Amino acid sequence: MHPHKFTLWVAMGSLIMMFAGLTSAFIVKSNQVGWKSVTLPSVFWLSTVAIVLSSGTVYLALRSFREREMARYRLWMGVTLVLGILFVAFQWNGFMALWAQQITFRGSGAGQFLYVIFGLHALHVIGGVVVLSVLLAKAFFGRIKIYSSIPVEIAATYWHFVDLLWIYLLLFFLLIGGN
Amino acid sequence: MSETMITTATVAAQATTHHEEHGHHHESFISKYIFSMDHKTIGKQFLITGIVWAIVGGLFSVLFRLQLGYPDKTFPILETFFGQWAKGGQIQPEFYYGLVTMHGTVLVFFVLTAGLSGTFANILIPLQIGARDMASPFLNMLSYWFFFLASVVMMSSIFVNTGPASGGWTMYPPLSALKQAGDGQKIGTDLWLVSMALFIVSSLLGGLNYISTILNMRTKGMSMTRMPLTIWAVFFTAILGVLSFPVLLSGAILLLFDRNLGTSFYLSDIVINGEVLPNEGGSAILYQHLFWFLGHPEVYIILLPAMGMVSEILSVNSRKPIFGYMAMLGSLFAIAILAFLVWAHHMFVTGLNPFLGSVFVLLTLLIAVPSAIKVFNWLTTLWRGNIRFTPGALFAIGFVSLFISGGLTGIFLGNSTIDIHLHDTMFVVAHFHIVMGVASFFGMFAGVYHWFPKMFGRYLNNTMAYIHFWVTMIGAYLIYWPMHYQGLAGVPRRYLDKSGWVNFNNFRDLDQMITIVTIVVFAAQLLFVFNFFYSIYKGRKVRSQNPWGANTLEWTTPINPGHGNWEGDIPEVHRWPYDYAKDGREFIPQTEPVGANESKH
Repeated sequence: MHPHKFTLWVAMGSLIMMFAGLTSAFIVKSNQVGWKSVTLPSVFWLSTVAIVLSSGTVYLALRSFREREMARYRLWMGVTLVLGILFVAFQWNGFMALWAQQITFRGSGAGQFLYVIFGLHALHVIGGVVVLSVLLAKAFFGRIKIYSSIPVEIAATYWHFVDLLWIYLLLFFLLIGGN
Repeated sequence: MSETMITTATVAAQATTHHEEHGHHHESFISKYIFSMDHKTIGKQFLITGIVWAIVGGLFSVLFRLQLGYPDKTFPILETFFGQWAKGGQIQPEFYYGLVTMHGTVLVFFVLTAGLSGTFANILIPLQIGARDMASPFLNMLSYWFFFLASVVMMSSIFVNTGPASGGWTMYPPLSALKQAGDGQKIGTDLWLVSMALFIVSSLLGGLNYISTILNMRTKGMSMTRMPLTIWAVFFTAILGVLSFPVLLSGAILLLFDRNLGTSFYLSDIVINGEVLPNEGGSAILYQHLFWFLGHPEVYIILLPAMGMVSEILSVNSRKPIFGYMAMLGSLFAIAILAFLVWAHHMFVTGLNPFLGSVFVLLTLLIAVPSAIKVFNWLTTLWRGNIRFTPGALFAIGFVSLFISGGLTGIFLGNSTIDIHLHDTMFVVAHFHIVMGVASFFGMFAGVYHWFPKMFGRYLNNTMAYIHFWVTMIGAYLIYWPMHYQGLAGVPRRYLDKSGWVNFNNFRDLDQMITIVTIVVFAAQLLFVFNFFYSIYKGRKVRSQNPWGANTLEWTTPINPGHGNWEGDIPEVHRWPYDYAKDGREFIPQTEPVGANESKH
């Protein structure tokens, strides 16, 4: 395996530990008195659709890159990028909807954990969006001398990772946070 | 050419570390050498930054020892230097707690984590596994610069008006979460948290690189079981860091929220200065779980690299193979696993369920098994060896001594019942300073003395080195041995002034002795620092490629290796690194093919 790809896998292990720490803190707290649960605003379903779709499009982008179909590659990368930005925007809307229900930073229930956990996840998606933008800019303006698919593969793997991480967090909040 | 490059790089690193204190620098000079991607230069940057931090952290301990040894004396010179913090020549309570907190933070994280594994993982991994550089030199450079940023933020927190964080290096809430609680809980604590977040990023970037380099970039023939134990040790260290630091980051993020955004993750039912706080439902214990889930592996993050280097240096200098290579490996692995399963032994007196406590007692005491295996193997490596008492070897032997003494008191503290009496006493201070602090420092010194010729192409001065060793060795025992007795008698740690207790007044003379020895030992460290910088420029030059007669690959590189390490091809490896005193030969380098008539191990 290419060393950079391997590094990414180790980094993903590290990120998993961070979210495992936060979600286990959530579980510990949820068994204590004064815990307030939270109902997820429906906009989070839209963001789920966006990010799941984007996992598909980034896969198509990678396949196009491997087949040297640069036009198709640019198209799918662009779509992925838009979906990524949409995801972050939906998350923001979700936060706003919660805030409107008087679930603010005050207190220590599921709502406050949601802001921290979903917020950190969104930051990681934004990091992915930055990477995608760089790759896309290179695809439009860069002069490609070597067709190495490694950078695209790394970006795609990371993108699938934040997608799966989101699914985990969503299920976590539906199954454990909702009661 | 390469030699001048190395010295200028060092000067650049020095200049940068001074930069954070003085705020002026020569732009062109620095920008040329500062953003190096050569693992050797990055290692030296870590080392020199670590040395600067060690001086700062050590000086802090001298200052608070003055208070502990002489609580009613005044030292007007302190007021000259520290102004309001030492009014009337006496260290003020806020200053004292700031000093204690920063001493812990600086030495645990900035010196013994970044300065130790940052230095030696960077310098040794590519050189000993036969790689031209790290898997990602760029991430490696970022790792240093995040550490540098963290250093700048932490250093600046010392100079803010309300002083640095002063809630103890563990930063327990609710004290650390409430700005009303004291001066040190104001901006100082926020800077502490930001600095630690940057530090965690640095340490993760470094760790990712170390793991991926070790697993992917070994030269031909360098199978995992042909790696020197140094590499195995930094490998496990990196895994521990990558898995545990993110959890500390989550804990720190929640604390930042509690401090600045009004959440109550850690806060509940608090009355402070007559004011009833609105926070409800938080749990301060939650922070302790998150903190110690890192905090305990952190102990091994500090200790394992020292163990690895000591194994290597002892074997080289006793001219014997390391005893029980596979047992050494297995015990490193066992320690790495157990490191994650013992965190709650720091929390026996927090109201932890006693049944749960007994599980953690069992797991904690289990660590004695791999530790004893390691000690046995170090002693049997030395046994009937043809020992060369180089400064590196002396510090390695000193490490073994300290590890035994400090390890034994760990068995006391690991028992939850005895811990009820010993918790938060000077016994704990003595235990972890010997086994983790001083022992790891000895590993670090051993490493610096042993690999200095590879780093700078010159030797350190031996006379100064021997003075450094004996003063530090004797001093360490003089400082920490008596603290065990204080702790057994119930003397609490972290207290500003114990003279109000009649029982503890018996220890007045002992405390003064400890303070005096601390000052002497600190002076000996300054001698080392002088030796270090003096020898970079004026030390005796290394004339032979392999001055210690060692088997590992770093000694097959040129005396002053350039970026890329080897001129020409990377050497191929044919054997393990510990073929000393074999078949009538003193040492057989790893690059030598196995001969037809050679005996098997």
